[in-house]
Amino acid sequence: MKIVLNGEMREVQAGTLADLLQECGFSGRVATAVNEGFVPSSLRKARKIRDGDRIEVVAPMQGG
Amino acid sequence: MKTFYGTPLSNPLMLGTAQYPSPAILDQAFRNSGAGVATVSLRREAGAGQTFWQMVRDLSVHILPNTAGCHTVKEAVTTAHMAREVFDTKWIKLELIGHTDSLQPDVFQLVEAARILSEDGFEVFPYTTDDLVVGERLLAAGCEVLMPWGAPIGSGRGLNNEYALRAMRAEFPEIPLVIDAGIGLPSHAAHAMELGYDAVLLNTAVARSGDPAAMAKAMKLAIEAGRLAYQADPIEARDMAEPSTPVIGKAFLS
Repeated sequence: MKIVLNGEMREVQAGTLADLLQECGFSGRVATAVNEGFVPSSLRKARKIRDGDRIEVVAPMQGG
Repeated sequence: MKTFYGTPLSNPLMLGTAQYPSPAILDQAFRNSGAGVATVSLRREAGAGQTFWQMVRDLSVHILPNTAGCHTVKEAVTTAHMAREVFDTKWIKLELIGHTDSLQPDVFQLVEAARILSEDGFEVFPYTTDDLVVGERLLAAGCEVLMPWGAPIGSGRGLNNEYALRAMRAEFPEIPLVIDAGIGLPSHAAHAMELGYDAVLLNTAVARSGDPAAMAKAMKLAIEAGRLAYQADPIEARDMAEPSTPVIGKAFLS
């Protein structure tokens, strides 16, 4: 299945957002959005990933 | 002393965490500044996020995540939700950029996003202009803090419109007001505090200076001086001289 992860096309196996994070090596404090909508961490296991989904994974960063 | 959504700040400096030459210098700058608040952001995770998070936590200051770079209500609201989860805080520095060159806030979208987020339990710190009517609208939308710009972000020009900022202070005497953006020098920060502002938020002036650790300390001292001066009720400026040494009793020698 092809998805767009942080702006880059990726081929992944994961069926849920939680699995996807694991498959792609994310850990620690991150927040997620699927197709421009926020997905709380408590809903990642239930959130199915579909072909063509646009997924954003963000983390703490320097800011002003 | 006014509080920020119930939180008092012993040191009214809010310091950004971006653009420092190294993490060690960032750390030293924060310690020298005594800042009570650190502003942070969210960006796509590329490996550095967790280390940065650990460093920010070790600063032991309040965390104020921003929505920097957002141009629509939708992306600002989504970013705020992500920030609340990652940083575990209701505070959000709400930035909605409306103009590319000046980074001037889009105040129409700002008010709308502030309303949505306030209703959802966020404690919104809106980056706004010095417009009094917009300020009123933001308060009506649920904001309990206003953060007018001194000058465009990163410009270092100081307080571009002192008249408007004075008017804002007079219009909202009970509201915590923060000068956010435009500070370039300690004298600018002191100026803001002399006008009766409750805090100053800055980043570039410290981080991009030749010696951020030293500049951080200079900002701390300036803000302290400005606050003391405001509390001491400064004299009014006047057009003509007025001798400070007594005239009466001067020896007649001519």
